[in-house]
Amino acid sequence: MIELTKKAGFGLASRHRAEQRFRWAGRSAIAISLMFLTLMVGSIALTASGTLRQAQIAIQIDLGPQNVDPADPASASYGRLVKSGLRDMFPDVTSRRDKKALYNLVSFEGSFEAARIVAENPDLLGGVQTLWLTASDDLDLYLRGKIDITLPEKQRLISDKEVAWIDGLQASGQLRRVGNWNFLTNGDSREPEIAGILSALVGSLYSLAVCFGLSFPIGIGAAIYLEEFAPANRLSDLIEVNINNLAAVPSIVFGLLGLSIFLGYMGMPRSSPLVGGMVLALMTLPTMIIAARAALRSVPPSFKEGALALGASPVQAVFHHVFPVAMPGMLTGAIIGMAQALGETAPLLMIGMVAFIVDIPDSILEPATALPVQIFLWADSPERAFTEKTAAAIIVLLIFLISMNLIAILLRRKLETRF
Amino acid sequence: MWLDRIVVVFLAAAAGMAILVTIGIVLSLVFETLQFFDKIPIREFLFGLKWSPQTAIRADQVGSGGSFGILPLINGTLLISAIAMIVATPLGLISAVYLSEYSSRRARAWIKPGLEILAGIPTVVYGFFAALTLAPFIRMTGDQMGLEVASESALAAGIVMGIMIVPLISSLSDDVINSVPQSLRDASLGLGATQSETIRRVILPAALPGISGSLLLAASRAIGETMIVLMAAGMAAKLTLNPLDAVTTITVQIVALLTGDQEFDSAKTLSAFALGLFLFVITLCINVVALHIVRKYQEQYD
Repeated sequence: MIELTKKAGFGLASRHRAEQRFRWAGRSAIAISLMFLTLMVGSIALTASGTLRQAQIAIQIDLGPQNVDPADPASASYGRLVKSGLRDMFPDVTSRRDKKALYNLVSFEGSFEAARIVAENPDLLGGVQTLWLTASDDLDLYLRGKIDITLPEKQRLISDKEVAWIDGLQASGQLRRVGNWNFLTNGDSREPEIAGILSALVGSLYSLAVCFGLSFPIGIGAAIYLEEFAPANRLSDLIEVNINNLAAVPSIVFGLLGLSIFLGYMGMPRSSPLVGGMVLALMTLPTMIIAARAALRSVPPSFKEGALALGASPVQAVFHHVFPVAMPGMLTGAIIGMAQALGETAPLLMIGMVAFIVDIPDSILEPATALPVQIFLWADSPERAFTEKTAAAIIVLLIFLISMNLIAILLRRKLETRF
Repeated sequence: MWLDRIVVVFLAAAAGMAILVTIGIVLSLVFETLQFFDKIPIREFLFGLKWSPQTAIRADQVGSGGSFGILPLINGTLLISAIAMIVATPLGLISAVYLSEYSSRRARAWIKPGLEILAGIPTVVYGFFAALTLAPFIRMTGDQMGLEVASESALAAGIVMGIMIVPLISSLSDDVINSVPQSLRDASLGLGATQSETIRRVILPAALPGISGSLLLAASRAIGETMIVLMAAGMAAKLTLNPLDAVTTITVQIVALLTGDQEFDSAKTLSAFALGLFLFVITLCINVVALHIVRKYQEQYD
């Protein structure tokens, strides 16, 4: 007897140690996943913070009548004026190459910016004025200490001369860094310092609108049919299996479908948010249907039975009594489906929404791009400053996704009725 | 009553859309693929060892044929997916076990949504992180250890993809583990087993079919994933098992073939549809098997 208890107790300590090890393995698995999430989002947010401010240069520009016609200020050649302003600041720069480097301190967009400032403030005309113009991306990077000047001159983005110029400007207070909203209000550009996400954002919104307009009604219709009206036969089973499988089809395959049928066969406009939205709608349809069915199933059968007993037809019973109660759940599912569509990139690449779009698209038929595609395009750009723009665009995308999910959660909490 | 009938017909048509989409996918892929096999024999496609779809502009130029052997692409796809599964399986499974068997209700209410955030982050974000942070880090570490690491290594893409599918595995396995009958747990604990022994010897074996179903679904997701590999893996079609080498995948090649200038019926463009059909068939088979396993398993305990 004593022998037996001894045997049973044998190794109990080591078994308990194994138990502890197992628990720690569980905790660390969760910790690793969550740490990765924090690391990824944190590093991207850190990179993105660089775009919050943008360097500007103060340039003295002579806006006298000999340069700018007071009757028609827009006709003046501001590019020339900006250049001569720069030359006046550094009179000892003479060679062609040095002059070119000097002009490059100001953004490519500087002359348009000067024209805009003058157009908005006509009282500047008639004398020498100091204008703050957007500086180049390299200057901005240098100001923030992102360019290692201990490297040999050939290996870095700016030369020793440029460093000397910039240091001189900074010493005389002719450089400043200001809060920058251009990123949210500009379209795409080849120049990182003025590139913005508005065109991509508008493209995304158009595509999402088309996607919602198609997949929400179709998804709800399909869900109501399958839950309430479908006869229990082979065909209904087939539809059911089909929907589950569609949910797991790789998204790029939907892009191929769009390319060959919508663009190739039906001849719809390439790169347009219309086609993008249609492809996304097909992709989110299974999510919509599955969520809507779950919402319908959560309505107690007594609602429908009560209506039927009072003489309502099956369609009336469903649309007047089951559907309104299931609506919040369906909307929640729809928002989650939309969030999924907003983050989707691959199928949009297939239908040509990878274009370089500067202007804000006016309709769903014009070529456009989408926010995640813009992120993909910028991530590919060689300019260092685009990396920060990419990170900032990712943060904007994540903010949109988080708010959509929050809305879905709040909506569910607020409208949820428990039976 | 005729109004009712019309409404029901409309609803049925909406449900029929799901079938229409599948038919659309199959038709569009099959049609273009058949055209492709007119130009390139199917045997060369399925068993060819070389993938270089660049065709010359004029037909009489040297090397105008291009080679369309899919094996290097399958090799790359499986290599990256395998790395992803090696990362995701332990993390996802152990998290699921911990969440369903150990964690308190309150901890669960915080941790589960935290893991689900991982699933909600767009893949282009993972791709950016893999290409700009993880890949240079792996390369640097490799250099210090004297290993030769490609700047676009399969390892970086695989690890990040693994993290992406952790929530998929953990939430599916969580459901499966929760549906194991409580009586099995009670019996094992009653016989004096510790909690971890119960999990390892009773619950996991009982849940194994369902768990393998969820792993299959995760694998199919990894095989069809595009953006992470497009941004973090390379374009070089190689037959290699070295995770530090650059490889390319089926999805990357589809994008590469179909973006940029293209004529519509060249072998190069059509080959993308053949790759798409291949991808569709493979993922469909995996999904059908996985869903079948999961469903059969659920019936067993209901």
